[in-house]
Amino acid sequence: MPTKARTGWKGPAWALPPVAVLAVVFLYPLLLVVQQSFSPDEGGTSLAPYADVFASASFRSALTTTVWLAAGSTVGCLVLGFVLALVIAFVPFPGAKAVARFVDVFLSFPSFLITLALLFIYGNAGMANGVWTGVTGAADGPFHFLTTPWGVLLAEITYFTPFVMRPLLAAFSQLDTAQLEVASSLGAGPARIVRQVILPEALPALLAGGSLVLVMCLNEFGIVLFTGAKGVTTLPMLVYSKAILESDYPAACVVAVVNIAISVGLYSLYRAVSRRAGA
Amino acid sequence: MTGGAEAVRGGIRFDGVSVAYGGNVVLDRLDLTVEPGEVMALLGPSGSGKTTALRAVAGFVRPAAGRVFIGDRDVTALPPHKRGIGMVVQQYALFPHLRVQDNVAFGLKAQKADKAGIPGRVAEALELVGMGDYARRYPRELSGGQQQRVAIARALAIRPGVLLLDEPLSALDAQLRSGMLTELARLHRELPDVSILYVTHDQVEALTLADRIAVMDKARLQDCGTPQELYRRPRTEFTASFVGNANLLPVTVAEPAGTVDFAGHALAVPTGSVAGGATATLCVRPHLVGLGDGPNALTGTISEVQWRGSTHRLYVDVDGHRVKADVRELRDTPVLGDRVTLHFAAHDAVLLPQGAGASHG
Repeated sequence: MPTKARTGWKGPAWALPPVAVLAVVFLYPLLLVVQQSFSPDEGGTSLAPYADVFASASFRSALTTTVWLAAGSTVGCLVLGFVLALVIAFVPFPGAKAVARFVDVFLSFPSFLITLALLFIYGNAGMANGVWTGVTGAADGPFHFLTTPWGVLLAEITYFTPFVMRPLLAAFSQLDTAQLEVASSLGAGPARIVRQVILPEALPALLAGGSLVLVMCLNEFGIVLFTGAKGVTTLPMLVYSKAILESDYPAACVVAVVNIAISVGLYSLYRAVSRRAGA
Repeated sequence: MTGGAEAVRGGIRFDGVSVAYGGNVVLDRLDLTVEPGEVMALLGPSGSGKTTALRAVAGFVRPAAGRVFIGDRDVTALPPHKRGIGMVVQQYALFPHLRVQDNVAFGLKAQKADKAGIPGRVAEALELVGMGDYARRYPRELSGGQQQRVAIARALAIRPGVLLLDEPLSALDAQLRSGMLTELARLHRELPDVSILYVTHDQVEALTLADRIAVMDKARLQDCGTPQELYRRPRTEFTASFVGNANLLPVTVAEPAGTVDFAGHALAVPTGSVAGGATATLCVRPHLVGLGDGPNALTGTISEVQWRGSTHRLYVDVDGHRVKADVRELRDTPVLGDRVTLHFAAHDAVLLPQGAGASHG
């Protein structure tokens, strides 16, 4: 059939330019990174960069720091985001709509902005320490946690919590309020309603928000850099220091590949789980 | 006995209950008593305050004034989960992630009923609504009618003294609805102690099911009585037209009383306590208006004919007033413009004093 043949030929023709652009601007550089990671400075192609990087203490500690920071931030975001979204969605207070809208705006903020704001409050020369030294006359304030992993954790939870709230608020607005009313008429108090009615129906949204935040935390660079935490080296920081400071490109690419693998792996896991959950 | 909130022997009492949203009064000084074991229908158009009254019993709205009693207990200040009430809503509101049996068990668990007894009571409640075979299904696997049965079982499982039904059949199609009406009537016979407050805008549901009907309009109770009373002897124009769509004819009572004047026709009807010379409204049901000559004859022109299967509904223009008559299916169907004579028996008419309906002044 001529018509069918023509559309069959036309389809790929239309798809070709975008695929080509995608390949040139995105896949090719990615390929270069992967290729570089197998090319030690001494020349040739080998697994030597991987062996070197995996053997180094700095990589192992960065991997551990990255994973526990990301996991901790995600848990923190889920708990805080769930509670805040619950309040905004179900506790009628004036301005709830404005708060919900602000959550949207917050998503557009750059991540280092939050860190900067936290620096103003808790930094070594920040407001909290200023008030302390002013009141007690001490030379130094008590708040130095911002340059520790806890500072990074605080900043990440502050910045990423709205990413959990957004899908949750959408899920809550879909929830049939009659279900909540019937549940309470059947004798369920607020805690039981949250646990047995709201939470199960919010699960897909929690999963979506949580996995998004987890992946973003794994790859977060700006927050870690801006807290000025010397001892906190995450994988993206390691890539930065290897590539820019030490000019060790193969090692930087190895770390980058590991980072990508973790992200893609987690994303696939999330897709598999959410498909099973019927979301 | 249920655990937790103790099961109250039925009965609901509204004592001057008012509800307002902002400055908008949606329920105005409602006084109403539902006896233990009684089915009370709250009947009215949307915005009449009937659903608000139900929500005040459930505890979802806080009255601005007045008290609500369940049994002898003043529940006005109690949160919903301490009231021990069964509730069924229009859209079923089953918990989608729970199987039918867990939906029904929800209230028992919430009230911390004896764990060992729960499966038995779940089975019993499902059996009661004929859904015993569906215990392991999820709500999404059931039809609308089946979901509503499960919702009823869920409400009854906690053995409430009071059952609130909020337009429970409105989401079902006509055939299912009449089946569920029969079903609800049977349920009530099997659970004679449960007081049922049944909110509906459908007069057929109210007339079929209710022991008494409270007619609501414009946030107020307009009328209350047994279905027969309301149908045969409505006390207000609103009741007469909302229940059974009666003819309402403006008349003047003659002096001395005994007949009334309708557009120049003298009609012999019981005038009761309405004084001579007063204006009033004469209420006659369409199916009690006959075609042909007889007592209280009125002649007019047919302005519309509707065939309704077993009856014809005739709209007859009598001196500028439209009179409805439901007559048995006719062999020679009247056509538009025909001159016909209608009549009705004196004892089938009810005279309503002017202004009847604004019961609170």
